[in-house]
Amino acid sequence: MFGRLTWEAIPLTEPIPLITSLVVILAIGAAVVWVTVKGWWPYLWNEYITSTDHKRIGIMYFVLGLVMLIRGFADAIMMRAQQMFAVGASQGYLPPEHYNQIFTAHGTIMIFFVAMPLVISFMNFVVPLQLGVRDVAFPTMNNVSFWLTASGVLLTNLSLFIGEYARTGWLGFPPLSEQQFSPGVGVDYYLVALQIAGVGTVLTAVNFVTTILKTRAPGMSYLRMPVFCWTTLAANLLILAAFPVLTATYAMLMLDRYLGFHFFTNDGGGNSMLYMNLIWVWGHPEVYILILPAFGIYSEVVSTFSGKPLFGYRSMVFATLAICIISFCVWLHHFFTMGAGADVNAIFGIASMIIAVPTGVKIFNWLFTMYGGRVRFNVPMYWTIGFMLTFVIGGLTGVLLAMPPVDFLVHNSLFLIAHFHQVIIGGVVFAIMAGYTYWFPKAFGFTLDERLGKAIFWCWFIGFHLAFMPLYVLGFWGGTRRLQHIADPTWQPWLDVAFVGALLIGLGIVLTVVQLLYSIKTRDRRLDTTGDPWDGRTLEWLTLSPPPHFNFAVLPDVHGEEAYWTRKQTALREEKLIEEPDYKAIEMPVNTPTGVIVAFFASLCGFALIWYIWWLAIVGLVGAFAVLVWYAWRDEHEHIIPADEVAQLERERRRIRKEQIQTWPRPA
Amino acid sequence: MRRGAALIVLPLSACNRGVLDPVGPVGAAEKTILINSTAIMLAIIIPTMIATVAVAWWFRAGNKKATYRPDWEYSGAIEMVVWGIPALTVLLLGGIAWIGSHDLDPYKPLPSKSPPIEVQVVSLDWKWLFIYPDQGIATVNQLVVPAGTPVHFSLTSATVWNVFFVPQMGTMIYTMPRMTTQLNLQADRQGTFDGLSAHFSGDGFPGMNFKVHSVPPQQFAAWAAAARSGPQLDVATYDELQKPSSYVKPLVYGSVDPRLFEAIVANRLPPPISPKTTPAAQHVSPQPPAGHLNVR
Amino acid sequence: MTGVETPAVGLTHGASEDTGLGHRGPESKSIVVPYGFWLFVLSDMVLFSALFATYATLAHATDGGPASNELFDRTLVAIETIALLLSSFVCGLAMIAARRRNLIWTQIWLLVTGLLGAVFLGIELYEFAMMIGEGAGPQRSAFLSAFFTLVGCHGAHVTAGLLWIGTMMAQFWAKGFQPHIMRRMMCLSIFWHALDIIWVAIFTIVYLMGTLP
Repeated sequence: MFGRLTWEAIPLTEPIPLITSLVVILAIGAAVVWVTVKGWWPYLWNEYITSTDHKRIGIMYFVLGLVMLIRGFADAIMMRAQQMFAVGASQGYLPPEHYNQIFTAHGTIMIFFVAMPLVISFMNFVVPLQLGVRDVAFPTMNNVSFWLTASGVLLTNLSLFIGEYARTGWLGFPPLSEQQFSPGVGVDYYLVALQIAGVGTVLTAVNFVTTILKTRAPGMSYLRMPVFCWTTLAANLLILAAFPVLTATYAMLMLDRYLGFHFFTNDGGGNSMLYMNLIWVWGHPEVYILILPAFGIYSEVVSTFSGKPLFGYRSMVFATLAICIISFCVWLHHFFTMGAGADVNAIFGIASMIIAVPTGVKIFNWLFTMYGGRVRFNVPMYWTIGFMLTFVIGGLTGVLLAMPPVDFLVHNSLFLIAHFHQVIIGGVVFAIMAGYTYWFPKAFGFTLDERLGKAIFWCWFIGFHLAFMPLYVLGFWGGTRRLQHIADPTWQPWLDVAFVGALLIGLGIVLTVVQLLYSIKTRDRRLDTTGDPWDGRTLEWLTLSPPPHFNFAVLPDVHGEEAYWTRKQTALREEKLIEEPDYKAIEMPVNTPTGVIVAFFASLCGFALIWYIWWLAIVGLVGAFAVLVWYAWRDEHEHIIPADEVAQLERERRRIRKEQIQTWPRPA
Repeated sequence: MRRGAALIVLPLSACNRGVLDPVGPVGAAEKTILINSTAIMLAIIIPTMIATVAVAWWFRAGNKKATYRPDWEYSGAIEMVVWGIPALTVLLLGGIAWIGSHDLDPYKPLPSKSPPIEVQVVSLDWKWLFIYPDQGIATVNQLVVPAGTPVHFSLTSATVWNVFFVPQMGTMIYTMPRMTTQLNLQADRQGTFDGLSAHFSGDGFPGMNFKVHSVPPQQFAAWAAAARSGPQLDVATYDELQKPSSYVKPLVYGSVDPRLFEAIVANRLPPPISPKTTPAAQHVSPQPPAGHLNVR
Repeated sequence: MTGVETPAVGLTHGASEDTGLGHRGPESKSIVVPYGFWLFVLSDMVLFSALFATYATLAHATDGGPASNELFDRTLVAIETIALLLSSFVCGLAMIAARRRNLIWTQIWLLVTGLLGAVFLGIELYEFAMMIGEGAGPQRSAFLSAFFTLVGCHGAHVTAGLLWIGTMMAQFWAKGFQPHIMRRMMCLSIFWHALDIIWVAIFTIVYLMGTLP
């Protein structure tokens, strides 16, 4: 009746998961009670949960990613603490079977449920605004994508309370991840949750590629799109081309585990090297899926806060597309030590180094954007400069790892760990923080507190270096990754420093939450009354903050690069606005519960598969299909916003802009 | 206070250990490539980092002396340089990568006057078995090699993937079940070096450390001869050895079935059903040997 | 091109130059929806490529068990191929009938498409059952795992397609030829033809190449 699910699945004998579970359940319970008492459910349901508005969906992705950052970081600080304590004679406080789950969960959550959702949150919020359109191409599917990702988050976190998580590392290499060596539910939790979330991600890619290629404001040719839209396009093309490989690979591992197939097993002719190849064919493009939008964010921030157009726009576009394509040709550098031979290793090594060329071009072009500019050191610029200093070292260590003879010394070592954290934290996380600060006023109508913002930056910047520089050293000393216990006591001081660094990063995360709460409380001091607090250059700054549901009363006509900047400069010079348009009624997609209900059934099916409750799995599948058919049966897809309402909102915007014309300086 | 002093001295002491202190030609060549590549890249990275800070500072909004060029967004000359510098660097490093990959191919035998010592390596859960087919002996978690003599390794795994790695000797390589990889290394210096597995392989993974003893060739021969008095490694003993255990103290076997390695590779001696493979015992972790302090 | 002159930005609406594709503003739904669906189909083809790559790698990993030239019956495969190709043609007829808003013929051709698809599936399931009965099931060897998964994944897509055809027939009956129903028919059409393309690849790589003398 309940498959292999028994009461023993609840970790009553293990204090850490038990206490964590109780705390989390209490916290969620308290939140639910509070929301109910305040009567916020209708608001949450109508304005967010069932919303098809890309801005709202973007905010939901961001909240999801931020909450998971706390979980992923908790795993990280536990790992640092364990490595600090478990040196020499001591075994630390985490036995191997527990530690191994923690590092697996840390990697999986950080990549799939922190970095991806946070990057996707910006794509969602910003791209339609920058393209000058009202929403993405498929708003309902956008909602479904979000909730499927949330389903993956739910299942992954359930493993803390019921059962256990995988103990294989975040990529689940066989044969270790096969039934023979991992007989419990852990790997199944890992696989099922990621398969469900993966569907959501592929649908997001379909959405954004279509939106960018087929729906842009009139006059916005490809070479007039903001660079963030180019990088979003490239990242989503990568998702389209790479994620199906992940889906196929996980499906094969699931078939091995569930039905006794022999894709990667030690017997029956299985080939575990095949998994290594397939998973990295996905895995390498994945990191470019994360970094390309990050590069886009930096491009926007640097040009805005330097008061200059981005230097070498076409070069940047070409570099983006070059990175996009080459990222598919380098996957073998993750396993040079598998013994594929000198020719193969050398070719992939050289290809991996070639990718450093367009990346280097980008760094120089950002430098030359600042050159001749008037650089304003707001918080987003702190993150950007911090990135430019941190990421290039990460690139250096990356090119070192791309050199097979060097990789033979540092593959899988703490040197590798330091490298990829350097590029992901220095590259992706810093961009997320920059983008968060930069676009927050657009989303909520007030800016975040600057002093706290700078404090957060320094915590991360110093904390990152303290936490990871020692790991480069330990990597050279022969330190490998994923060690629950350290044999050599002379590593102690380095591990201590690394722990302090992690604590500092933790402080940065705490301060981020503090900054948010404080900024909300004192928002009246920092209201964004004009919708353009940073003297922006792209179309999202045309609207007020937050933008109306339909974004633009009339889709803007685009006449050159930097659509908003040229329009703003013309208005300031001519001292008048563009002529008042003929206001028409606007059709916007209706809200829908399809996403959250499909995700409910997907979670049910997923949970059932994990615990071998076959009848429930079928119920989940049938339920999901039924919801889709029910959705397909609806007759009303849009609701109308009357022309008067549009006119009223647009006239308010024009009034504010007219005031700005009187007060802002004339262009040179 | 001591910790503070250590923090200052630390960076200096970082340089002469592990892969930065190679004991043989393979490790030495790899270290050279590592140092040279780093230097070449630092020559570009450091000026870039300085320029980043300098440009950002000079062109700060409050600096009236800086020329504001609000429309300057393209320069062909700069583009050429900006594409050229990384391209040339990568060209150079790419050449090093091609030559280095071929020179340091793990499968490539090392030039030497002495014939290589053969060692067959099997990674088990969670210890290392080293078989010396020519000497007819075997060891667990202990590798003895004659200094100055190339060692040719044939490697496999009995269970899951591992990586055989002796940092000071250089190149590491995967061990994979039902497959054989090969590695050629040499220790010119005498001494004791650390060895480990560099690919996570399960709960007992951190206990897979071993020592490598590089001794004069005559001492090696003497050691091998003395080892022959040890117990036999046959199918029964091997079956016992295969059972999951970790932090295993070094063992020596005086005789080895010559077909053992081949049988392991052909999967004719699969591991027994371990306690780990029965659902009821999902949380069994191997206990470190008695006397090993255990803080839970 | 050093420096950029501020372009002449008009202050009137509708003044953007129509400089070609995509510059007129967002495309209509009848273009956007099938385009998005094509992208999805392309991603599905990437999934199949991963399965093809796996099949190619494991084609000889028979673990002493049966190999491809002992297992496949070319006659059966020929019949299922004809059924599927024919169903694609008939699906095209259904699309034409739908454009002409002819409910009867739309339903008839959709039904025939579905029936031919069911014939294809039936033969495939029969083939699978025979192989499993002979001890050549997917658990026997890596080659067989790869075969069953590649061919089975295609079969699963065909099954999903049959469910979709049934739903489509119900929707035409209940709602007629409204624009969103027609767009879905277009997507179903794309899906069904794409499955045909994949089958041609499977037929060639698995069955033809696998039974070479």
